[in-house]
Amino acid sequence: MPDPSPPALEMVDVSKSFGGVQALRGVDFMLRAGEIHGLVGENGAGKSTLMKIIAGVHAPGSGRMTIEGRDVSFRTPREAIAAGIGMVHQELSTVPDLTVAENVFLGKQPTGTGGLVAWRRMRSEARRQLADLGLDVDPRQRIGALPIGLQQLIEIARVVFSGARIIILDEPTSALSPPEVELLFTVLRRLREAGRSIIFISHFLDDILRISDSVTVFRNGRHVATSAVAAIDKAWVIEQMIGRGHADLEESYTSEIPLAAKPGAPVAMQAQGLTMGRTFRDVTLDIRKGEILGIYGFMGCGQIELARALFGKIVPDSGTLTVAGRPRRLRNTTAAHQAGIAFVPESRRAMLFGQEPVYKNASIAILGRIAKLWLRPGRERELASAQVAALGIRPSNVEARLGALSGGNQQKVALAKWLSFPPDVLILSEPTRGMDVGAKDDVVRIVRRLRDEGLAVVVMSTEPETVLSLADRILIMKKGEIVREFADGGVTKDQLLAAA
Amino acid sequence: MAVPVEQRSAATPGRTSAWVRNQMRNIAPFATLLCLVVFFTLASSSFATLDNLANILTQISVTGIMAVGLTFVILCGEIDLSVAAIANATGIVVAYFTAQDTYVNIANLPLPGAVAILLGLLACAALGLVNALGLTLIGIPSFIMTLAMMQIGAGISALLVRGQIAYAVPSLVTTLGSGSIHGVPWIVLLLAVFLLVAHVVLGYTRFGRYVYMVGGNREAAEYSGVSVKTILNAVLIISAVCSGVAGMVGVAHFGSAQQNEFDTYLLDSIAAVVVGGTSLFGGRGGIGNTIVGLFVLGVLNNGLDHIQIDSFLKILIRGLILLAALVINVYAQRLRDAEARTGG
Repeated sequence: MPDPSPPALEMVDVSKSFGGVQALRGVDFMLRAGEIHGLVGENGAGKSTLMKIIAGVHAPGSGRMTIEGRDVSFRTPREAIAAGIGMVHQELSTVPDLTVAENVFLGKQPTGTGGLVAWRRMRSEARRQLADLGLDVDPRQRIGALPIGLQQLIEIARVVFSGARIIILDEPTSALSPPEVELLFTVLRRLREAGRSIIFISHFLDDILRISDSVTVFRNGRHVATSAVAAIDKAWVIEQMIGRGHADLEESYTSEIPLAAKPGAPVAMQAQGLTMGRTFRDVTLDIRKGEILGIYGFMGCGQIELARALFGKIVPDSGTLTVAGRPRRLRNTTAAHQAGIAFVPESRRAMLFGQEPVYKNASIAILGRIAKLWLRPGRERELASAQVAALGIRPSNVEARLGALSGGNQQKVALAKWLSFPPDVLILSEPTRGMDVGAKDDVVRIVRRLRDEGLAVVVMSTEPETVLSLADRILIMKKGEIVREFADGGVTKDQLLAAA
Repeated sequence: MAVPVEQRSAATPGRTSAWVRNQMRNIAPFATLLCLVVFFTLASSSFATLDNLANILTQISVTGIMAVGLTFVILCGEIDLSVAAIANATGIVVAYFTAQDTYVNIANLPLPGAVAILLGLLACAALGLVNALGLTLIGIPSFIMTLAMMQIGAGISALLVRGQIAYAVPSLVTTLGSGSIHGVPWIVLLLAVFLLVAHVVLGYTRFGRYVYMVGGNREAAEYSGVSVKTILNAVLIISAVCSGVAGMVGVAHFGSAQQNEFDTYLLDSIAAVVVGGTSLFGGRGGIGNTIVGLFVLGVLNNGLDHIQIDSFLKILIRGLILLAALVINVYAQRLRDAEARTGG
């Protein structure tokens, strides 16, 4: 396609490393003027790093960046904004208690006499500009009262009005219902007609393929492919993402993983029709003894909240939970604990006491079992030492301050704290995130051992490898709903990605 | 076992500085106390005497009993601003149910001493319960909830005494507040008992461990199945009951029950806990720190009386010492956080 005008944005041979980790390795990326360019890749493929370089959050390690043919280099996000880069993050940054007009003009309200805010001008201007995008919204309305999809569009509108020529959208459809996605796409097409260029990052390949003009795939910090959308399909994108037949085969689960669901095993915990606002809807699932149930979905699909609902941290709007055959209302974590449920959240900070010694971390959840009124520090240390040995935690000194342990070892302590008196149901959220290979193997081994001892285990993750390496049965969660179950035979990573 | 020992000695300089940084909140208050004692001993011949030590102990007793309860609350990362008001109200409740001399014009309701004391304890526990429910059931921040309770306590006091002064309290309270045994004031012994019991509860019981854990990382405590709300309810009730007891014996100690009697004790008791080094963010500190903090305040208040100094300047000096303690408290927290980030 002959294209006389220079590309809206071009990156040539850009590299970036953090500490010893190479996040980007000589990446090229080109965004044509007036196109919607889809950007895909697994978690950690380097998409976010590249976007943060474009938005001025990170300085590039090496390489060149040009905007409309001019060399640029941003030291701060402010410089990037001044150069016409606008970024809309997955998490909304609207201020819920302000009106639509105030949000549109956040930080740059038009002022009149004496520096007072010119309210009427602000409202009429906001209304006109939103109408330009095909949005009919009352600018006087409180933005928090609007549906998420509309809030997101208003945030995009804000970026557009601020003069952005290049708009980066990070996972814009993850929280949207199908009609809201339609509205978003209409707006994006209008922006494209108006000559703006858009980078669309998403895990939802169907959305990418529908709206984009071309698609770029990243893998392991490298640019692996760019193609016009007309020439490709979903299978091709998945293949590029996970790199079939490449050197990184062993890490990528391209072959089929056998599943070993145990449909006859007794049900330890059951959820029926669990619904919590927009975050998850009508979730029904069985958690069986001696089985590891994997729940896979993209970031923001509602699994983090679902895990908390199963542990009583959040109380769902409707639906029932049954634990060991008895209906239970888990109003708080104490009730869940007493019902025999244990939970290890994805964040170590949310689970551990960095300033306390290892043994106090390991005993907090089981203190009620070993001490009624008086503490028994000797018994605490003894049980902690046993777990430290069983899980291979380093250092093995239970007096060590927890904060002094490495991340992987801290994660093991978070698991160890439940195991002196094993629960009936163990819910793990991202159990291996950020771990090195050795620690990951340890965790996989430990969890499998617990399963073999008869525990009912749930593993929630946004990383397909985590689920594939552990699960006997896999549920796919998408936008708050369980959309598919893999129970028999085998499953491959591209099947998981395609289903989510 | 030889290997670890060898490692430790090899790493001694790093370890020592890390230890000092970690113990900053314990070392600084103690150093402050030593400096004050040395200074006043040199500045006044009447300061370092046994009699004066007894004075100091008596002077810190009422504050101390209140500070014991506050230690629990602050260890949980919360605050109780109603301690002085609850002390005042409880002292007045006890006086209200005690037969007063005829010239005291309070329409009170004389009851047996034990009943009056019981009613006083119930009253402060009830006020503490209201604080607790405001925080955990409704979700009002403790800072605001107890600020409201401060006013409510003052209101109860005002309604019951109506501008009068009551003098009579049950004989048990009189003994504890102003009596002494073998020359040792009962109120000092009472303070010692409170400190000892609180120390044992915080250090050696499951409840005490939960208090530290809730203060150290509330979210982690909750994810460990600890009932954070129960712990918060308990510490606010403990604080109110400690204040109530301080109020009762305080009334006997001062010899009268009247409106606004304890107003200065709010700042003093909070200051004692914080100056002692208990973290305002929760999770660190304890009764040992509170004892040091009480002595810092006690020595300061007492010592300033022994040297020739403008009595109006004393207030400013106390304020500056408190500010210094707050700076150290927050600074110690930052050192600790930095330590936690670097992984030690």
